[in-house]
Amino acid sequence: MRGVFLLLISLLLAVNSYAMDSPETVEINALAQYYEPVEFNHQLHVDVAGDCSVCHHHTTGTGTTDLYCSKCHSKFEELVTVSCADCHSADPFSAESIHRQSQQDLFHVDMNGLKGAYHQNCLGCHKEMDGPTGCQDCHTRNKAGDKLFHAGEFAPKAPEQAASH
Amino acid sequence: MSNVSRRKFLAGGLAGGAAVMLAPAKKALAAGSFTGFPDGMGVLVDLTRCVGCRSCEAACNKEQQLPAPELPFDDLSVFDQTFHHGTQKRRTTEDAYTVVNRYEPENLDKPVYRKIQCNHCNEPSCLTSCFVNAYTKTPEGAVIYNSKVCVGCRTCMVACPFHVPAYSYSKVLDPVVKKCIFCYETRVKHGKPPACVEICPAQALTFGKRKDLLKIAKMRIKKAPDKYQPEIYGESEVGGTSWLYISEAPFEQLGFDTTLQKEPILDNVKGFLGMVPMVLAIWPALFTGFHLLSTKHKDHGHDDSHVEEEEQ
Repeated sequence: MRGVFLLLISLLLAVNSYAMDSPETVEINALAQYYEPVEFNHQLHVDVAGDCSVCHHHTTGTGTTDLYCSKCHSKFEELVTVSCADCHSADPFSAESIHRQSQQDLFHVDMNGLKGAYHQNCLGCHKEMDGPTGCQDCHTRNKAGDKLFHAGEFAPKAPEQAASH
Repeated sequence: MSNVSRRKFLAGGLAGGAAVMLAPAKKALAAGSFTGFPDGMGVLVDLTRCVGCRSCEAACNKEQQLPAPELPFDDLSVFDQTFHHGTQKRRTTEDAYTVVNRYEPENLDKPVYRKIQCNHCNEPSCLTSCFVNAYTKTPEGAVIYNSKVCVGCRTCMVACPFHVPAYSYSKVLDPVVKKCIFCYETRVKHGKPPACVEICPAQALTFGKRKDLLKIAKMRIKKAPDKYQPEIYGESEVGGTSWLYISEAPFEQLGFDTTLQKEPILDNVKGFLGMVPMVLAIWPALFTGFHLLSTKHKDHGHDDSHVEEEEQ
């Protein structure tokens, strides 16, 4: 099993010319209000995922593996917009986005926001690959986050098991 | 002259009577027609996406300035809490307008987390049951209430088919009903999504116009028919709700009441209630008219008139 994995990695490194200009790490700070920034090891995920389209759909020039997407995006062309935030809005419920939902002639009316796209993609894969899945495995909460969750120094003083109804 | 007016009067009386007779049927037909405000907002809850992180509970607590919880919001042991001898999972309370529960459906290898809160019905039974008119369904879709006029009778708690309104039992003086108000005052009124939607990491909650969300939900089901149940919970339950659910597991295995009627709760009594003012307004006039007509040619001016009638 490990041998296959290593072989896969070496193969990937060999054909990794696509990822040559990709960043080593990406700092994700979309949840800065409650969490410390996440230092995303891009290179590690490139090695593990193998195919850029696993995360980048059809934008990196490697084609798409998703049959559904390939109906339109079958061309192997690299797009200018590659980063997640280029398509997935950080504010998916702005007036503009709500208006977009009502435009039935657009195809991607049900596009995830940035946070939703990250978590659905990351968590889904992390569960399959036994990666970290707990919130704080990736995101360290800051003080405001602790306050929001009533955790850490803001934890309830005398916790009781049974809540009243 | 008197004959004409009598004929006219009788015709009018018959028409009035017919109106009274027909009123219930007509009202009942009209009752189901309100399907919410055209641009009313809603939230689509995709239960296949929820990861059970309880962030929505934390955000609600902060936004609505609710009291501190008994356990931190990152404590997942609350999913094991049950009440009434294990028959009931956590419910919304005066201190928690939304609650996430964990379910383990039969044919699924992973748990399903379900967020509950007020579903903001198109035709809310809490509103129609409230005799002080404390509740309002706003054009934005929110069902809000005025706690200043609430007398704490708890009729809405009985009326709600989802058992959502909670009562401030902790308050000795002036206890009121408390529930999710769709973050109306602080957010939805200003075009912003509710706090729970905004914080949801997995976008299990999608905020939008209800009519668009229905289309989006149908699109998701159509795109992955093996993944989703074919129904949208809330599309037609009790006349439709602003909050809609789609799920991988059957709804009845996730604590949803799938036996609810498709018509608004109010429909059960609307026919009767619509008749009451008609009866009150028309019957006195009608029967006074009949009485006057039947006694028209009799002399009412004398004290001995009744004596004469008795003699006859």
